[in-house]
Amino acid sequence: MILPWLILIPFIGGFLCWQGERLGASAPRWIALLSMALLFALGLWLWATGDFSLAPAPGAEPRWTSEFQVDWIDRLGISVHLALDGLSVLMVVLTGLLGVLSVLCSWKEIQHRVGFFHLNLMWILGGVIGVFLAIDLFLFFFFWEMMLVPMYFLIALWGHSGSVGKSRITAATKFFIFTQASGLIMLVAILGLVFVHYSQTGALTFAYADLLKTQMAPGTEYLLMLGFFAAFAVKFPVVPVHSWLPDAHAQAPTAGSVDLAGILLKTAAYGMLRFSLPLFPNASAEFAPIAMALGVFAIVYGALLSFAQTDMKRLVAFSSVSHMGFILIAIYSGSQIALQGAVVQMISHGLSAAALFILSGQLYERLHTRDMREMGGLWGRMSWLPAVSLFFAAAALGLPGTGNFIGEILILIGTFPSFPWIASLAATGLVFGSVYSLCMIHRAYFGPAKSESAIAGLNSRELITVLGLAGLLILLGVYPQPVLDTSAASMQGVQQWISTAFSQLVTAR
Amino acid sequence: MQLTTQHFIALLPLLITCTTPVVVMLGIAWKRNHSQTFMLSTIGLNLALLSIIPASKAAPLEVTQLLMIDNYSLLYMSLILVTTLACMTLCHAYLGDKAGLPGYPGNREEIYLLFLLASAGGEVLVSAQHLASLFIGLELLSIPVYGMVAYAFFNKRSLEAGIKYMVLSAVGSAFLLFGMALLYADSGSLSFISLGKSLSGSGVHGTLVQIGVGLMLIGLGFKLSMVPFHLWTPDVYEGAPAPVAAFLATASKVAVFVVLLRLYQISPAMADGWLNHLLSLIAVGSIIFGNLLALMQSNLKRLLGYSSIAHFGYLLIALIASKGMAVEAVGVYLVSYVLTSLGAFGVITLMSTPFSGRDADALYEYRGLFWRRPYLTAVLTLMMLSLAGIPLTAGFIGKFYVIATGVESELWWLIGVLILGSAIGVFYYLRVMVTLYLIEPHLRRHDAPLNWGQRTSGIMLMLVAFLAFLLGVYPQPLLDLVHHSSLALAG
Repeated sequence: MILPWLILIPFIGGFLCWQGERLGASAPRWIALLSMALLFALGLWLWATGDFSLAPAPGAEPRWTSEFQVDWIDRLGISVHLALDGLSVLMVVLTGLLGVLSVLCSWKEIQHRVGFFHLNLMWILGGVIGVFLAIDLFLFFFFWEMMLVPMYFLIALWGHSGSVGKSRITAATKFFIFTQASGLIMLVAILGLVFVHYSQTGALTFAYADLLKTQMAPGTEYLLMLGFFAAFAVKFPVVPVHSWLPDAHAQAPTAGSVDLAGILLKTAAYGMLRFSLPLFPNASAEFAPIAMALGVFAIVYGALLSFAQTDMKRLVAFSSVSHMGFILIAIYSGSQIALQGAVVQMISHGLSAAALFILSGQLYERLHTRDMREMGGLWGRMSWLPAVSLFFAAAALGLPGTGNFIGEILILIGTFPSFPWIASLAATGLVFGSVYSLCMIHRAYFGPAKSESAIAGLNSRELITVLGLAGLLILLGVYPQPVLDTSAASMQGVQQWISTAFSQLVTAR
Repeated sequence: MQLTTQHFIALLPLLITCTTPVVVMLGIAWKRNHSQTFMLSTIGLNLALLSIIPASKAAPLEVTQLLMIDNYSLLYMSLILVTTLACMTLCHAYLGDKAGLPGYPGNREEIYLLFLLASAGGEVLVSAQHLASLFIGLELLSIPVYGMVAYAFFNKRSLEAGIKYMVLSAVGSAFLLFGMALLYADSGSLSFISLGKSLSGSGVHGTLVQIGVGLMLIGLGFKLSMVPFHLWTPDVYEGAPAPVAAFLATASKVAVFVVLLRLYQISPAMADGWLNHLLSLIAVGSIIFGNLLALMQSNLKRLLGYSSIAHFGYLLIALIASKGMAVEAVGVYLVSYVLTSLGAFGVITLMSTPFSGRDADALYEYRGLFWRRPYLTAVLTLMMLSLAGIPLTAGFIGKFYVIATGVESELWWLIGVLILGSAIGVFYYLRVMVTLYLIEPHLRRHDAPLNWGQRTSGIMLMLVAFLAFLLGVYPQPLLDLVHHSSLALAG
């Protein structure tokens, strides 16, 4: 019974935030903080008590750590079906943590319409948790689309106005149209799958467990897989359809960027691991070379563009494209080690990107610019912030001792045996990564100072947020075992699906 | 044929709806009072609505050759009755309480007569199974609407809209009649069933039949404002008083679409290859042009007009699929569309209440509405999301059903166009939505009365919004209802 509460807490909390504004501007902040803390605590409790050796795997009924099901729309065989396994619990915990952080980092930044802001913030997180828990395809799509609306509002109403033609409303609309249209393609694919299943069994159902058994002709499977991939690729984002991401990040308020980079992008990776690969293993295996090529391209292209940016948030946004490329490669590599690495990378990228966005938000609050050409020499002018930034920049480039290193190295090791070329090319991303990360640090914090006056350092709230993230990242870097243990069973299931398909593909040739 | 009590019970909704205008007219002759007229008309329509229950016990029943009362027609009768009630409630607030107070300067009572007559026409139309009753219903629906559109006749735009609608509608009717005549010439019958039989029997259809069906399609296309017969729509929507525009967008379109679906279902010969291609073309045109033209509109009523063109394009996909879940999909989509349009036009109406020469339909008048009237804005936001088909709203369920029907019938091209159209559509719905939340411009001409939520129209609007939300979250009751309202084929 705890699973629906994970979704309901943010929704109810958000509603209370909206109404709580009558009690004063700080009431919504506290309500939001409390509900997020509650969500985080629940997630941790589930993680601590659950048995995560249960996970869906091929050839058997999917087994879950925890499950919840009530009928919803009988006519179409749709039910509210939530389930939790190792992968989802990690994502839920990450969501709870970043939820707390995004409330904290907007404490000062958002001064207008505080209640409505937190309503939107909470509802995004509610939708994301729904995506991570839903195993009815209709319900999954329902949450997938639902989280767009509050995100749209967050960018459009509280965002930073950019230059002419790049206003926050344009950015928000672009984000919405990209994701909505690709989402509809996925809906068509879902329906296609459901009707294929219907024509075989005569039962109309959207349940994951039933649809896993669908037999498909290779052509159909490939097309349906592409429908899913289209939606996930946009959210991921994979390079040809990534153009909404830097705009959305540049215009979004800090909390929006944190959520976007930290968890919204992860829904796509989660969707591939949970739905795309298990439902269409053969087509995915056939598609893997293309997907991995796209991943490599994203790594290099994202890193190069990142290097060329002058806006700090756009730089981090493009570096996200680059880091997500690693995850894409790992997902399609079919190796258990790489898949485990993908999970670690998802979490550590969530933490490090969130931290970098929070830091650029804090810089923006002090300097009122994110243009690195107008910074320089900040190291001597303020305490804490430059040093912490240096740490996260180092984490982003994959320095050993941080979670990012574990993620990337596992991905590269896992991919190398079967795809040496892909792994070698992807490894260049690490080199590029250090170039743009250090470049950012150099441009912003070193060099000649624009002025000599001191700037206020971080206060305790800000310090706790970023240092907490740094601590977690180091913890993940030196002792990733709990995370790896938790996701092991889920990743093993995925790996069996895809590797069986790979071997069939080889024998077929 | 012999008419028994059963027949009269089945006809009860229609009979009551037809009696009400007579009573209301007498009432006006006795004492001209706005609220009294409104009450009388509402009571009449509510009685008609109640009489659906006994009628559904008698259904399915063929009443003369002309009308077929089955669950399908009863469902849409109740939809039309509810819609008319909602529009009349909006109209009551819109015209102003009574003469002397701010509001409509002319006589306010007659518009209810027109509403009642038009809804009677709609009821005939949804139960028509004969070309004659189709035509009678259509005219009974359209002619009062001319008067309603031009009701604010001293306003140039309203008058222009009325005349434009009248002329084009008459042209549409002429096409329809000519088409019927050609069909009759070929098959020698006017009832849907025998038309279907004779046309399918002859195997190869002559050019005469093709032209006849084509002409009928033009006539119905005019009424449904499908591309390329859509040119009147934005002007008429803009010129008509807001509650009338609501009626035009909902009840009038629903009735015509419902009869089109019945015709299409009963006379399968109509569903031949070439006609499907033609309809597909019309659907594609409606979706693309409707959405593209709405893109840059800064007038909310025009925008909704164009968006309704696009929505009927989506609906045509279900019509073309015409098998499996199609009839159900049309039902679900129509209900969600009606709720959504009523809500959207309802907000416009309340914003322009009481009547003051022109409606609050320019987008800039809605800037920052959220910070002045948060709940009213919440309603409009919900409606925009519903039109865009975002989850948690009725519109999503409707769109979901249409896509499901399209996938089931493997109409891939049309589905592709639907996705493209939705992507374009999202842009302008979002534009409207975000306007509501921007910073206020400090120039207010129109605003909803502060106490809008405590008035009948406001409560009605809240109810519509609540339903649109509820059906988005828990659509099961609606699906059951629509599922059981299947077409009956009469022998």
